[in-house]
Amino acid sequence: MSAQPFLIAAAGLFSIGIYGILVRRNVVMVLLSIELILNAVNINFVVFNAMLGDALLQGQIFTIFIITIAAAEVGIGLAIVLMLFRNRKTANIDEFDLLKW
Amino acid sequence: MVNSNLITFLAEGKVTYTDGGTFAEYTWLIVVLPFIAALLITFFGKYLPLKGAEIALATIGFIFAFSSYLLYLNVTEGVASEFFINVGSIGSFDLEFGWVVDGLSIMMYFVVGTVASLVFIYATNYMQGEVRYTFFFTSLTLFAGSMLVLVSSPTLLQLLIGWELVGVCSYLLIGHYWEKKENSSAAMKAFITNKIADVGLMIGIIVLALSTGTMRISEILYQSTHDYESLKSVAYLAGVLLFIGAMGKSAQFPLHVWLPDAMAGPTPVSALMHAATMVTAGVYLLARMFPFYEGMASEALDVVLLFGVITLFAAGMIAIVQDDLKKVLAYSTVSQLGYMVAAIGSGAYTAALFHLWTHAFFKALLFLGAGSVIHAVHTNSMKEMGGLKKEMPRTYTTFILGTIALTGLPPLAGFFSKDEILASLNHGGYNTYFAIAVAGAFITAFYMTRAVVLTFFGEYRGNGHPHESDSMMTTPLIVLAGFAVTAGWVNIPGIYTGFTDWVTTRKNPIVEYHPESFDYFALTSGLLAGLAGIGLAYYVYQILGRPEDGDEKIKVEPIWNLLENKYYLDDFYFKYIINPTKSTLANTVDRFNTNILDKAVNLFGVAAIFLGNIVYNKFDQGGIDKALNISSSSTDALGARVKLLQTGKAQQYIMYFLSGVIVISLLILLVL
Repeated sequence: MSAQPFLIAAAGLFSIGIYGILVRRNVVMVLLSIELILNAVNINFVVFNAMLGDALLQGQIFTIFIITIAAAEVGIGLAIVLMLFRNRKTANIDEFDLLKW
Repeated sequence: MVNSNLITFLAEGKVTYTDGGTFAEYTWLIVVLPFIAALLITFFGKYLPLKGAEIALATIGFIFAFSSYLLYLNVTEGVASEFFINVGSIGSFDLEFGWVVDGLSIMMYFVVGTVASLVFIYATNYMQGEVRYTFFFTSLTLFAGSMLVLVSSPTLLQLLIGWELVGVCSYLLIGHYWEKKENSSAAMKAFITNKIADVGLMIGIIVLALSTGTMRISEILYQSTHDYESLKSVAYLAGVLLFIGAMGKSAQFPLHVWLPDAMAGPTPVSALMHAATMVTAGVYLLARMFPFYEGMASEALDVVLLFGVITLFAAGMIAIVQDDLKKVLAYSTVSQLGYMVAAIGSGAYTAALFHLWTHAFFKALLFLGAGSVIHAVHTNSMKEMGGLKKEMPRTYTTFILGTIALTGLPPLAGFFSKDEILASLNHGGYNTYFAIAVAGAFITAFYMTRAVVLTFFGEYRGNGHPHESDSMMTTPLIVLAGFAVTAGWVNIPGIYTGFTDWVTTRKNPIVEYHPESFDYFALTSGLLAGLAGIGLAYYVYQILGRPEDGDEKIKVEPIWNLLENKYYLDDFYFKYIINPTKSTLANTVDRFNTNILDKAVNLFGVAAIFLGNIVYNKFDQGGIDKALNISSSSTDALGARVKLLQTGKAQQYIMYFLSGVIVISLLILLVL
């Protein structure tokens, strides 16, 4: 079985994620796009693990780590978004430029 | 580290000797300890129950015990060794310090140890309640220590160091009561007079060191008895120069003027200085270098003899007219030093040292006795004393013993030593000098009897209530009186001449004269002169007149004036040396100072200001500061532009980041 379809799928997922990050104005949507990118990477890890026949399953273990970290990251990210929304009454990412010079 | 030598420079066969063993090796202890003790007294003395005196006493007691044992060793076995510590070198000269343990130095250790310990005990009581009590003991300990540095020295360099240290300590002690102007002047006078003489010693040492190539005394003595040409050519010069040094410390005419004035110091200091620690240094130097004088510089010995004889006579004459009890003793010391120096000059090495040995004891006794009297009557002037025989019996008895010893009546110490000097002068054929020395013996007897009569006989003429001194003061007197009686018995011609062997373990091969038995001509003339002196003085002051009349009966005005003005020597120095120096030299120096030195300094100041301005304006402001300003302002301007990139918009950052990734990916794709 060839790896190509999986890799194309992962690349597609990655590109959608990048597009989402760059284009969407809603912060929640940007966070969702980051999740897409992470999952694209996960797919790559699993595919390469399967293709290379690694008995130790390093790729899959790594994937589980990424999922865990992604969950934590989304938790923190949504909490920040919630606080921003309460202060600014908006979820528009363009409004959040507190860290400029 | 420590090199030790058995001194091979010895009389042939005659004397057996050893290296002295462990005790000789540790002799450095008695040299170093006083300095440690002085530090301890300075820092902790005030907090101790006896205010530091106990440290001084312990130190000097140890030195006394140690030197006694060394003397015992020397008497039984004969010790002759020296130790060197090399601390570096300048050119071909080794800088060496060390210690000598031979008959001569052991004799000096013992004299310093004995006299100093008795003086220290005496001083604890005498100085009770005086100002700077603790400091006094610091200086006294240092004084003894410096003398030990001097007499333990195996090299000329260390000798010079000890020599100068002794001078400094004497300055501190003579000027102990410096609040009074004349006391500090006396200290200054002693220091400067010694300094003038020290120039001679210093040049002499340089001459010797350059011509022999070594600082070691034993090496120089070896060369001087083995016909080394380079030394021979400068021997007379070096001999005279060393003697000039000795003239200062041992108070030879005309450099004796400091010593009577040194009476300004407390009496224990006078006793120590006159007996053991300072004035003997010159005689010690001459004795130490005696083989050099005898071997190569015998012409210089004639100079030594001449000055010795002049001193013994001239100083004795002044002693007759003094009213100050301590000054009588001071001039007496000068006169006795004259005897020692004359003995060295006539080639009688042992006789000089023997007189040094006996003189140390009875002169310390006389000074401490005088101190006891002064302590009781609170004045130095004999005009206000008299009749103290009854009130101060112990002081009187010991003082009489000291007087008889000094006068030279048998069997007390002075008799044997003075007789040996007279015998040597007689043997050497110096008829005139012999006659003068006999006259000196007469004068000695005269002024000492006068002092005793005026002080102890007749009626008390002062206003106080004299009483016998504390036993802390009289005990040293009694011990010293014992020495004054017995010290001469170690060298009786024809019976027991042990002393000669003690001090000659490193004697030169040139045979010096030792009387096999008494020289009866010298003995009789000396004895008769002494008895005549005592008799005449007693007749004049006790029988012919009363002690209360003082000198009335024998005043011969012109001579009396001459003597009372000390041969106008002080006036001469003031008129022709000190004042001209002060006026012309001081003015010249002042002019030099204002016109040249100060101007130079000012010029430097002005130049520095000028230069400083240039540096500040051009270099500092124009260069460094400008560069710093430019760098900061350019950073500021750059920052103002670059900061615009930081918009705070997250998506924009990601755009930049992605464009970077794409560019780099394309580059990798295209280039590779």
